[in-house]
Amino acid sequence: MKILALDSSGLVASVAVVEDDNLLGEYTVNYKKTHSQTLLPMLHEVAKMLELDLHTLDAIAAAAGPGSFTGLRIGAATVKGLGFALEKPVIPVPTVDALAYNLWGVSDVVCPLMDARRQQVYTGLYEFCEGRMQCLLPQCAAGIDEIIEKVNRLKRRVIFLGDGGNVSAPRIRERCTVPYQFAPEHMNKQRAASVAALGRLLFENGNVRTAAEFQPDYLRLSQAERERQERARETGV
Amino acid sequence: MNEQKEIKILSIESSCDETAAAVVVNGRDVRSNVISSQIALHTLYGGVVPEIASRKHIEKINQVIAQALDDADMKLSEIDAIGVTYGPGLIGALLVGVAEAKAISYAADIPLVGVHHIEGHISANYIENKDLEPPFLCLVVSGGHTHLVRVCDYGKYEILGRTRDDAAGEAFDKVARAIGLGYPGGPKIEKIAKEGNPDAIAFPRAKVADGAYDFSFSGLKSAVLNYLNGCRMKNIPVCQADVAASFQQSVTDVLVEHALRAIEEFRMDKFAIAGGVAANGTIRNALQEACQKKGVRFYHPSPILCTDNAAMIGAAAYYDFLAGKRAGLDLNAVANLKLGE
Repeated sequence: MKILALDSSGLVASVAVVEDDNLLGEYTVNYKKTHSQTLLPMLHEVAKMLELDLHTLDAIAAAAGPGSFTGLRIGAATVKGLGFALEKPVIPVPTVDALAYNLWGVSDVVCPLMDARRQQVYTGLYEFCEGRMQCLLPQCAAGIDEIIEKVNRLKRRVIFLGDGGNVSAPRIRERCTVPYQFAPEHMNKQRAASVAALGRLLFENGNVRTAAEFQPDYLRLSQAERERQERARETGV
Repeated sequence: MNEQKEIKILSIESSCDETAAAVVVNGRDVRSNVISSQIALHTLYGGVVPEIASRKHIEKINQVIAQALDDADMKLSEIDAIGVTYGPGLIGALLVGVAEAKAISYAADIPLVGVHHIEGHISANYIENKDLEPPFLCLVVSGGHTHLVRVCDYGKYEILGRTRDDAAGEAFDKVARAIGLGYPGGPKIEKIAKEGNPDAIAFPRAKVADGAYDFSFSGLKSAVLNYLNGCRMKNIPVCQADVAASFQQSVTDVLVEHALRAIEEFRMDKFAIAGGVAANGTIRNALQEACQKKGVRFYHPSPILCTDNAAMIGAAAYYDFLAGKRAGLDLNAVANLKLGE
């Protein structure tokens, strides 16, 4: 089974092709250029290098969210377009789950931290048990203090990763009471290979959508909707 | 048999609050024109909310494209080129159409053409007027744009004037909000203005000193707001219909005056209008009458082709395609894209 995976949920743009238990190719760029300019040319490069006929793919996996709203939509529109033209199913892979999957097999608790602005991170808590990833806290948007508190309560060693690690580091040093480490650079950001690998498991469990059905999972309302709800609450309407 | 090959274009438009796709053959023959409008959603907020618009685009885009092919009774494999709006517009909204179009173009190996949104509006006139060919003058008036353009040839444009501040349609929306009509302002003002006196209130007709064909509508908007304030202070009841009619007349007069001057200066015998505001009957009739008096042929798209749609993008993409224009996989959306770039 052959899966193409894309991740454009954060600053990283990443493309990977996985066939069964082989990573055939992965192209990851963490540079200032916009995903709209990089993602498809990167796919083209990988496909050329692998002499990949896109029609031989079984499915297309995408980091479905959370993440940068615009980044998620560029990824989503790209996989929806590919899925539509190739008539292939799409696998929505939760971004934070895929990030945690970078650290497959560790015995510590894994806590991804993606910068979500507004003093929040997109995060979750995971552990690996006999080769399977278990979710202790499903992906969510949370204040950094809130997640540190949850980590402390587990009373276990923890590994942090993700682009929210830097902004959160001072808070973690100050408040984290359990032993912790930050994952190194080869595994601390989004990687399409992890999206593909986790996507393969989801696919086997029937977790697929048509290209038309696939939607980003923002985990957050737009600012306008949020403010409107707040106003409605205040006025009691 | 001397049969010319048909060029079938699938076009996609998502620059603002309509998700649209169409199939257009040889630039003028519209086989399908699907528009999924979000107006009802944005009405809650009194105007288009960019993030909500972008979310709605991604939700609908595949269904809209599939419907366009279905309505045209065509398969993707029969399509010769894909045209997509890449600017100007709301960046997040544009990106959905651009990323989708690029992915389809890449996966199905179909050439891609990037289209300027205003070029699309101008080209809407080709669809129902099979005889219309450049050169002609075109006034593009919508919620986001007010441009007076000299169409020298297919794909060759000279902008004679543009708005310095608010677009004409934007002024309609703001005035409509100020007199309590709500969003979208254009159709609401036009409707109530029918019951009002266009000469009731003397609102200004703005001239831009250093740009013969440029427009300015923010002064007019302020004049309306000042008038409303004045009435409130003096406790004089405001006649919505009179304000709407007088405001609309002021916009109309400015547009007609600019049009007539350009027709004279450039000795043009064809004049077209385009854009959402071109659906306004009062403005259209005034321009038509002015053109007729000068012996100038007047063109306008029917209302469905005035508002944002993909058929117009397909019309523009056809002529760009013939001219050899192709977009690469790195095509980006450009919020403030200039015409002719």
